[in-house]
Amino acid sequence: MDTLLDVRDLHVEFRTRDGVAKAVNGVNYSVNAGETLAVLGESGSGKSVTAQAIMGILDSPPGHITRGRIFFQGADVLSLHREARRVLRGARMAMIFQDALSALNPVLSVGDQLGEMFVVHRGLSRRDARARAVELMDRVRIPAARQRVGDYPHQFSGGMRQRIMIAMAMALEPDLIIADEPTTALDVTVQAQVMELLAELQREMRMGLILITHDLGVVADVADKIAVMYAGRIVETAPVHQIYQRPAHPYTKGLLDSIPRLDQKGQELYAIKGLPPSLLRIPPGCPFHPRCPMAQEVCRTDEPPLYEVGPKRGSACHFWKETLGG
Amino acid sequence: MPEQLDQPNGRTSTEAVGQAGAGGAMEFAATEAASIGQATGPSARARSLWSDAWHDLRRNPIFIVSALLILFLVLIAIWPQLIATGNPLACDINMSQLGPAPGHPFGFDTQGCDVYTRTVYGARASVTVGVCATAGAALLGSILGGFAGFFGGWWDALLSRISDIFFGIPIILGGLVFLSVVTNTTVWPVVGFIVLLGWPQIARIARGAVITAKQNDYVQAARALGAGPTRMLLRHIAPNAVAPVIVVATIALGTYISLEATLSFLGVGLKPPTVSWGIDISSASTQIRDAPHMLLWPAAALSVTVLAFIMLGDAVRDALDPKLR
Repeated sequence: MDTLLDVRDLHVEFRTRDGVAKAVNGVNYSVNAGETLAVLGESGSGKSVTAQAIMGILDSPPGHITRGRIFFQGADVLSLHREARRVLRGARMAMIFQDALSALNPVLSVGDQLGEMFVVHRGLSRRDARARAVELMDRVRIPAARQRVGDYPHQFSGGMRQRIMIAMAMALEPDLIIADEPTTALDVTVQAQVMELLAELQREMRMGLILITHDLGVVADVADKIAVMYAGRIVETAPVHQIYQRPAHPYTKGLLDSIPRLDQKGQELYAIKGLPPSLLRIPPGCPFHPRCPMAQEVCRTDEPPLYEVGPKRGSACHFWKETLGG
Repeated sequence: MPEQLDQPNGRTSTEAVGQAGAGGAMEFAATEAASIGQATGPSARARSLWSDAWHDLRRNPIFIVSALLILFLVLIAIWPQLIATGNPLACDINMSQLGPAPGHPFGFDTQGCDVYTRTVYGARASVTVGVCATAGAALLGSILGGFAGFFGGWWDALLSRISDIFFGIPIILGGLVFLSVVTNTTVWPVVGFIVLLGWPQIARIARGAVITAKQNDYVQAARALGAGPTRMLLRHIAPNAVAPVIVVATIALGTYISLEATLSFLGVGLKPPTVSWGIDISSASTQIRDAPHMLLWPAAALSVTVLAFIMLGDAVRDALDPKLR
């Protein structure tokens, strides 16, 4: 399979008044065409910042990419001129945001916003763009698309709005879609429908999909592989099912153990103790050591590399063997 | 409003549901469309912020009263002959300071001019100054403030300091200094002066509104989907930032009219032969014991005008502020 996106040793920091927040510290991942990568992690683990860096929408200042490269279809996008990157956005890579209500402009009708994609990138007339907008709304199964194309975002339900957001991202059939927690703002029944739609469109168009989420449940059915992030690093990567069966990093194990399960009804729910570290003061050594039940002296001093623990599997833990075994 | 022109007309809820069924959409979606139809009734139409605001305004008595007053004022500013047949500059000194007489309901001023005619004709100067100064200040202020908010950085810092300097100038003192050297008797020096001192207020509002709008997710989303800076500013930020500017500008219009009258009263604003309420109030003020009617009518006209614009501004603010819904 051909590699669509290759992120290598990406470092992003935010220079704030309180100091330098190291949001992303050496992230590596790649996505092939037609493949889904799930990026998993708590808030502040750097998963969204990595996505923003890939899209080229990092707020700068205060955000700065200090090291690393991002190859998209073989080209180093970080060295591209600003205008060339703008043309990539929307046409070749697109993004779906978490809360469609705030990610859609309240004063423009959804038809205008969908049509804008064709006006900006394809130079279509407003009339033609509107016809394409109706097609798109049909494609994401919004009922009565022709009648509703002139409606405003607040007149749609949450699920319908997220469909419109998806339609906008899919409009120009990009090769890569980054979905930043696309279902977090929706209720559970609608979540499944939206994920299904996303997965179906992805299969049809053979797009690469990066699914950013903190919900392990969403991931299992749609992802091909998983990257777990902690404190701006990838701590574990694996094909999706292996991670559920045998996690190779104590953090992943903790995440899996903290999912409520029916057979444990009545027992105390496991929670990873402590809080994620402040990005201004990431602990030396393994950043997870203050919260890790297996932490030893070496964890406080040496930062673990991403050990190869199996085919296409990596774990940034000195004690991955013990984690896998236990 | 252009937003309304884009609407598909005459959609009813039954049509919407019928289409949903015919299109073979999922059942939940069809029921959702039906419930939307029921909730808003058969007249359900797409409503933007602007049509929503207009809907609110039409039902607001304060808006109706102030809008009718302003409409009337604008009409007589353009065609004073509609309600005043005389000439404001045709005066008969024999009639000096006389009270109301047939055909002269407001009496005469010191020069023997008809107070009614002069009051009617005075609307033109006030409305011209108010409208032109507001348009100028709003345009200049929102462009400069908008750019400062959008680009930030040194441009923002520079502009904020410049507007601080203009804020520091006492407006009456500034008027006395700047306008006393002007010999032009048209309204334009006064308009220019008000624009010069009025834009920083609008610029501050516009800057804040743009900064707020810029942080919205949809601006980030537009950027992520390939919109350039011009498109982001004009299509996504400006329409969402313009409401507070409109509100402040409407209220400012009233205060600019009273500012013109103040400057004319002090003798540095409009100058005869221009007919202005400020000039008439000024010349009447010395005769207040002998002929109070000379002061009463232009002063009342001025108060009502300023009140009408401030009331309009209030009504517009209520309609455009989503928090009050």
